[in-house]
This record gives sequence, structure tokens and C-alpha cells, in this order.
Amino acid sequence: MTTIPAAERPVGVDIQENEQNRAVIEAIEADNPEATVRHMPGMVRVQSPGKLVINRESVEERIGREWETHEFQLAIISYFGHIKEWDDDQILIAWDH
Amino acid sequence: MTIAPKAPRKLSMKDRYSALTRDLDWEPSYVSPDELFPQTKFEGIIIHDWSKWEDPFRLTVDAYTKYQAEKDKRLYAVLDGFAQSQGHLSLTDASYLNAMKLFIQGIAPNEYNAHRNFAMLARHLNGGGPRFAALCQCLDEIRHAQTEIHTLANYNKYYGGFHSFLHQHERVWYLSVPKSFFEDALSAGPFEWLISIGFSFEYLLTNLLFVPFMSGASFNGDLPTMTFGFSAQSDESRHMTLGLEAIKFLLEQDERNVPIVQYWLDKWFWRGYRLLALVAQMLDYMLPRKVMSWKEAFELYFEEQMMNGLFQDLAYYGIRPPLHVDKAIQEKEYVSHQAYWILYQFGHAAAFTTSVPTDEHMKWLEEQYPNTFPTYKTLWEKEKKNIENGGRHFIRGLPQLCQVCQIPMGFTEADDPFVQAQRESIFEGERYNFCSDGCQYIFDHEPVKYRQAWLPVHQIYQGNCGGPTLPDVLEWYNLKPGDGGEYLGSMDHQNWLKWHGEADSAEGIDEGDAAYAGKGH
Repeated sequence: MTTIPAAERPVGVDIQENEQNRAVIEAIEADNPEATVRHMPGMVRVQSPGKLVINRESVEERIGREWETHEFQLAIISYFGHIKEWDDDQILIAWDH
Repeated sequence: MTIAPKAPRKLSMKDRYSALTRDLDWEPSYVSPDELFPQTKFEGIIIHDWSKWEDPFRLTVDAYTKYQAEKDKRLYAVLDGFAQSQGHLSLTDASYLNAMKLFIQGIAPNEYNAHRNFAMLARHLNGGGPRFAALCQCLDEIRHAQTEIHTLANYNKYYGGFHSFLHQHERVWYLSVPKSFFEDALSAGPFEWLISIGFSFEYLLTNLLFVPFMSGASFNGDLPTMTFGFSAQSDESRHMTLGLEAIKFLLEQDERNVPIVQYWLDKWFWRGYRLLALVAQMLDYMLPRKVMSWKEAFELYFEEQMMNGLFQDLAYYGIRPPLHVDKAIQEKEYVSHQAYWILYQFGHAAAFTTSVPTDEHMKWLEEQYPNTFPTYKTLWEKEKKNIENGGRHFIRGLPQLCQVCQIPMGFTEADDPFVQAQRESIFEGERYNFCSDGCQYIFDHEPVKYRQAWLPVHQIYQGNCGGPTLPDVLEWYNLKPGDGGEYLGSMDHQNWLKWHGEADSAEGIDEGDAAYAGKGH
């Protein structure tokens, strides 16, 4: 197995494609400049090399109301990587090693 | 939408989690920890400090119930709308439901099993953090069983194959594949369960099970299944986290845990992968409108995410990718063709229907599998001639089953599509047969466990399945006319044509026309 550094290995999330989640997806795209988006039936996959962040404030700016990070549980279908942080302001997915 | 004034937040998520989960745990004073938690020593796993378990979701019971209620509300609104609007008529084709028949018969009862074992973990793990995570997962799993059954019950009003899913799960030959998989895990200790179901199944392989089913539903007009699937899958991301935490926790606690975990990983990767042969054939053969091929799904969800992502991370702990993963990678080119061919030939004893792929379907298969499908295409062309001559092919004999995965031994060697793979081991004077190196490897490690397998074919020969003839066995399975066999001309197919031929009349879509005679069982 060739070793790929953690900073290069992609991490990502699959999100249900619906009106509510559009703001979340836009926020992820804005905060993760290297993110790529792939549309599949009913869902959207966003992936990014090394890490992916979801910021509460960025989502709130786009959704026009308060949004707590727990709400992301209604949007997420699956992910790959490791959830390193999930607090009031941010969700961070990255590999550890 | 008006923005409500921000309520003063007294505690951060981290502090709330700590207060409501960890702080409610206590040290036993009048019994020893070993008396209180008798299950966490015998597997040889060594844990020094249970408080090191992390739960990144930082879930508390109030947040859990709030969001789960919201998920259910959304789902039940969709189910009602779909049922009221005769949504089943807007599916791509009645044959699409074969995928859902397999799902309710094979998977829903195992969601229930998963809930049972997580309830056990919620009692028996020593740490407050993992106990609470197991409790949430226990509730999730029973919610999944309930929502899956509730969702698919609507189709039971109009189509065959749904009416006796639980009865059939306990008895029918191909359902012993998922049943034995879960019972294998249920009969292991709590740590092996965490690696088998929590990690290998939920993290490593779940995307290959759920995402194709749900995208398939989305693409084939099955709104309720898509909704329950994505609703369940949103819990699944929490389960993935639990599985990943579990493996990291075990590996970090003591290096003597590493070889134990590595064996479980080798074993449960292969067990899970073999189970997914049912998903592989579903993706490539059962969906009228295709989402992606098994090969593509395997490359995307397993090779890219797991081999190039996860296992790089686990190498840090001295864990290597599972044994026999190279075989699974080779098999991605042909496993679906062989699995469907097996189901097709035994379709008269199944609670779903099968059919020869259409020309258009075969063209798609050829595009997806340019290296391997031409071989299988010649089989189907030959079968088309059989049908023209009035002889659709059903195997009347009974197959040898693999002692471990319980799939009929129809898989071939990777380098020769005409040589059937067969491995055997002798244990205490008895010969046992296997479909693959992976299944043989598992048996050879735990022969005392696997020699007890309840193999449907052996059981028929032993007289435990209703009687000696095929009709006896089918009756014991509670298979009704319209449940299995050939799709073209089946009751589902005939009803579908009738309902669509009479689209401007309400006649013909009442429940009295239900496609099967077994209603009420």
C-alpha cells in the first residue's frame, strides 16, 4: 500500500439534496476552496483534500436564521474521514494520521 | 422566517455532553466493576481507561430526541402523501420492487437484531460515553426496523413477495445469508460486535449497502424508500462514528489488542463483502433505471474511501487492510453477474422475481463491464433461446452451500469464469465446503462455531423444512403464487400492465386486486 499523506487524502460528506440543505452545501463550498461537488440521484457529495469544515456562521448567513450544528444530523447521509470536531460553531472532518 | 431572539445558552455543547452523559456515570461501591460488567474481559481485549472513549457527536438525550422526532415527522408526511396519491403507480416498473422485497426480507429483520445487541452493549460496556452511544444506536436500529416495515407495507397491498418477510427471513435459503451473518455477530462478544457490526459493517461497508439502494429508489420513483433510507442513513453517520471510535479506542488502549482486532477485521470484512453480493446483483440487474454499476460503487465507496483513506489512517496503529481484499477487488468485475445468475436459476424458490436482461440492459452491462460481461452475455443469449423454445431455465436440484457465507457455490475462480471455486477443510472427520479462500480462512479459525451453521439445503435433506418435495418446501416457506419465478407474465407484471393500460379509470387499482393470494398471512 503506497502511503498518501493525511493532508492529501480526500475526506467528504454525502448530503441529501433538498431546499433546506442548499445553504449548507453553499456554505461548505465557500469555506473549503478545494472542495469538489458531485450530484447523484437524491444526494450531493462534497469532498476536499485533507479536511472539510462546516461553519455555523457561514450556514446562518445563507439560510437567514439561526442554525445549530446539531441540525447537520438532518442533512448528512454519510461521510468519509474522521469527525475530529463537532462543537457549537464548527464541524471538522479530517484524517488523523 | 423571523429569527427568534437568541436564547441565553448556559453551557457549550462540550460541557452539556460532559454534564449529561459522563457526569451521570458513577463508580460502583457495593459490587466490584467485574461483577457489574461481566462481559468485557473474556474476549482478551484489554482496556485501561474507559474515559478515553470519544464521542465526536457530543449527543445528549434532549438533542437526540429532538432531531429523531423531526426525522420521523418528515418521513411519515412523505409516506402518507405517497400512499394517498397512488404513488406506487409512478414507479419505473413493478420489477423494481424486487430490490425492495430483498430489502424487507433480508435487512429489516436484521435492523431489529442490531437493536437487540446494542441494547446489550448499552448495559454492558463499562464506560458511560460508549454506553450512551450504544443506547442511541439501539433506539436508531429499532426505528429503522419500524420505518422500513411501515414504508414497504404500502406495497404489500398491491404486490407479491412482501407478505411474509419475517417468516421467510427465518426459513428461506437465500435469506439465510443475511440471517446467518447477523447471528454470527450476535453470538460473539461485545468487542467483536463493535468491530463486526459497529466498524466493519457500519463504517467500512454500509455505504455500499444503503447508498445504492436509496439512490436506486430515488431514480426509480420510490419516494418513500428514498426518504426512509436517507432518514436511516443520517443515523448511520453517527453509527459510522461509533464504529471508527471503537476501533481506534481498542487499538489505543493496549497493543495486545492489535492482533485480535486485525483478525476480526479480516473475518468481518470478508463476511460483509460476501453478503454484499446480494447488493451487487441488485444494482446491476434489479433496478430498471440504473444508478451506477457495482464495480463503480465498489471503486468509489471501498477502494477510494477505505483503501486510500481509512486504511492509511489505521496503518499508524499497525493495522493492515483486511486479508482477501485483493480477491474482492478482482471480483468486482464479475461477482454481480454470477450472483444474479444463481438467483435467476433458483427463482422458483424465491420471494422475488427474475428475468433475462433486456437488450438495452445488456448493452449497459457491456459498457460497464467490457472485460467480463461478453462471457455472461452468451449465457443470457442461450437462455433466450431456451425461452423461445418454451423452457425457461430453473434448477430443480439443490445446490451445495458454502459453510460460512451460505451462498450457493456458484462463484468461479477469478482467472477463469468456467471453473467453479471450491475449497474444503476436514474437521474431526467431516468435510466442509467453501466458496472462497476468505470463507475457508474464517472456518479454519473457528471450526467449532461454523460447523453448527443451519444450512438450508442440509436442513431440507434432513427433513426439517416441511417435507421431501419442492412443493412441500415452498409451502413451508409460505411462498404464494405471484411471489417468485419469472417476472414476465407474473401477477405483478400482469397487474402493472392492467393498471397502466387503464390509467384513466380508477378501476383495477383497488386492493381487491392484490397480486397475491397470501394476503393476511
